[in-house]
Amino acid sequence: MATKVIMPKLSPTMEEGQISRWLKKEGDKVSMGEPLAEIDTDKATMEMQALANGVLRKILINEGQSAPLGQTIAVIGEPNEDIAALVSEAPAAPAKEEPKKLEEPAAPPPPPQAKAAAASAQPASGVDGRQPQAATADSGRLIVSPLAARMAAEAGIDLRSLQGSGPGGRIIKKDIEAAISQPKAAPAPAAFPRAVEPRQFPQAAASGYRDEPATEIRKVIAKRLVTSLGPVPHFFLTTEIEMDRAAEMRKGINALDPDLKISINDIIIKVVAAALIQHPEVNASFQEKFIRYYEHADVGVAVAIQDGLITPVVRSADQKSLSEIAAEVRELAERARSRKLKPEEYTGASFSISNLGMFGIDEFTAVINPPEGAILAVGAMSPKPVVRDNEIVIRQIMRVTMSCDHRVIDGATGARFLQTFKKILENPLYLVV
Amino acid sequence: MSTITIREALNQALREELARDETVFLMGEEVAEYDGAYKVTKGLLKEFGGKRVIDTPITELGFSGLGVGAAMVGLRPVVEFMTFNFSILATDQIINSAAKMLYMSGGQFNIPIVFRGPGGSAFQVSSQHSQALESWYAYFPGLKVVMPSTAADAKGLLKSSIRDDDPVIFIEQERMYGNKGEVPDDPDFTIPLGVADVKREGTDVTIVARSLMVPVALKAAEMLEQQKVSCEVVDPRTIRPLDIDTIIESVKKTNRVVVAEESHPVCSVGAEIATQIMERAFDYLDAPVKRVSGADVPMPYAKNLEQLAIPDVNRIVAAVREVAYLD
Repeated sequence: MATKVIMPKLSPTMEEGQISRWLKKEGDKVSMGEPLAEIDTDKATMEMQALANGVLRKILINEGQSAPLGQTIAVIGEPNEDIAALVSEAPAAPAKEEPKKLEEPAAPPPPPQAKAAAASAQPASGVDGRQPQAATADSGRLIVSPLAARMAAEAGIDLRSLQGSGPGGRIIKKDIEAAISQPKAAPAPAAFPRAVEPRQFPQAAASGYRDEPATEIRKVIAKRLVTSLGPVPHFFLTTEIEMDRAAEMRKGINALDPDLKISINDIIIKVVAAALIQHPEVNASFQEKFIRYYEHADVGVAVAIQDGLITPVVRSADQKSLSEIAAEVRELAERARSRKLKPEEYTGASFSISNLGMFGIDEFTAVINPPEGAILAVGAMSPKPVVRDNEIVIRQIMRVTMSCDHRVIDGATGARFLQTFKKILENPLYLVV
Repeated sequence: MSTITIREALNQALREELARDETVFLMGEEVAEYDGAYKVTKGLLKEFGGKRVIDTPITELGFSGLGVGAAMVGLRPVVEFMTFNFSILATDQIINSAAKMLYMSGGQFNIPIVFRGPGGSAFQVSSQHSQALESWYAYFPGLKVVMPSTAADAKGLLKSSIRDDDPVIFIEQERMYGNKGEVPDDPDFTIPLGVADVKREGTDVTIVARSLMVPVALKAAEMLEQQKVSCEVVDPRTIRPLDIDTIIESVKKTNRVVVAEESHPVCSVGAEIATQIMERAFDYLDAPVKRVSGADVPMPYAKNLEQLAIPDVNRIVAAVREVAYLD
């Protein structure tokens, strides 16, 4: 039986997807779970897997074209099956890549599938005489029987990934049973060829945490501060750090093994993680009714990418060695730039670092990525004259500014954290004691 | 075990209870000399005499009130309505006296009375004589409502109703008086009130049916079995108190329900059952509960229209296929 391939929801905020690349061409055999296409979402390029067995009969959305969630983008069926009905139901694919003038507004999205589906009263085909259709087709609302909803929740099945076979596309028991009995799709082959041998990064998932009820005074502080400065009341703490020892350490380590390629930023991540563990009150986030304290330092590292930035997370940085952090950051940043990060790899940090030193910025303030409690803006390291023991000497100086969420971090709390951070970074031997 | 008609089963129950307990007596139009309009009381006058089996004038409100009074002073009257259509005249005594007496007397007077007779449709007796009134009586706290569908149920439930200390509305079905079934010979065979019976076990769809709809549902289940649909037929037997637990248990197994009933659909017993299923087993439903009810019109006299107004096998089959997502 021919089935429609619809634009799936591949990220929590995705509304439409662009076909980056078809991995199969018309006429190719496909089996369930096999990668069918690469799709650019608002966040990343994701692989889409086939949800049916058969032959890729028709591609309706070409590479480079976009389709809203739920729109039919291809048809999978038997080699000689009549798929005219399914194809005609889908909105006509826009003509192939017409060169567009720059100032021309983007083409309007094709009409929603529902209208086309409703207008064409196709004779029913298929085993039980019912045309499967996306459960969301008619109104964008998911139609699902109470039983099916409960079964899906228990089995951890995303209802939006299913096509309902009941009236109006209602998802029913049978559809959930079919989804449960489907063999788990084989893990997609790594889309990104690694130059070095694949590393096992511990703890891909977010670290554990404990929730403590927000005290009354904390709630009042939160409420009052929000009324004065946006939803996240920022305040900023700046300090100057003498980086000579850290730079020396970096040089020494890299001299031991040039492959390590430890950067100053890697050392900063490590030191931030160490300071966070010493100051758990900073490794926290405000969650309205409670304050969440994280057990580990999951450090987000802002990475500039084309038309934006993304913050991949080094999980449990407090437990990783410098070389592990360095390798992981390199790998994450590279995949961030090629937009291959998975959502769980760029969400759920407990603290973030933004470094604009490489742009020659001396000092700046960064905006907190909610619900994180703070972000550290790191400026350029440069030789500056400073007074030491009543003498003017040259030191490598770096200025950092921490933006704190005042609902969870107070001035003194942030200052104490920054003090520890400064102490360790100026004397990195603390990392090993 | 002997195979007898529902009519004979009811007659046996009355005879056995008249013999067992001398406070039991029968009363109604034509129940004595004429052996009952539908011959349910056949031979009882001869056997038990005119003090125990009493013909009344055509005064439903009067003899119902007389029955309530008799029950208050310790007798166990069985009042026959020639059909339940005529009970409409007696509703003040049934609802305001029989149903309320225990409550309003602070527990001093219980009313061990049975009002019995045929309800629902018959054969071309038209609008005023074809009414299914069970939802009326089931509405009132203080009444019990019983609707048997087999000879054994008729006998066992009528005996329990006569022995029960509260007023019982016992609704038979004229079309079913001649239906035969096996009935235990044990004179103490009874079936407790308030207990449903699974008339047929199945796994795909539950059909809740009562009275006339039970044999129709069983026939539909046979047809559906050939179409590879396994139906469970649940007969509540007692409408109040309703054995909802047995129905819910079945729904949890099958996830789909058809409620078949001869009565009109609006405010019907089927509406109540569907609501309770929704309240108690919402998360087990794979399809909306489907009701198959009598037409929402006064019963037509014309034979062809009468047939269309009463649910039949085909309508139940179609409803089952619908909730099973087969059509």
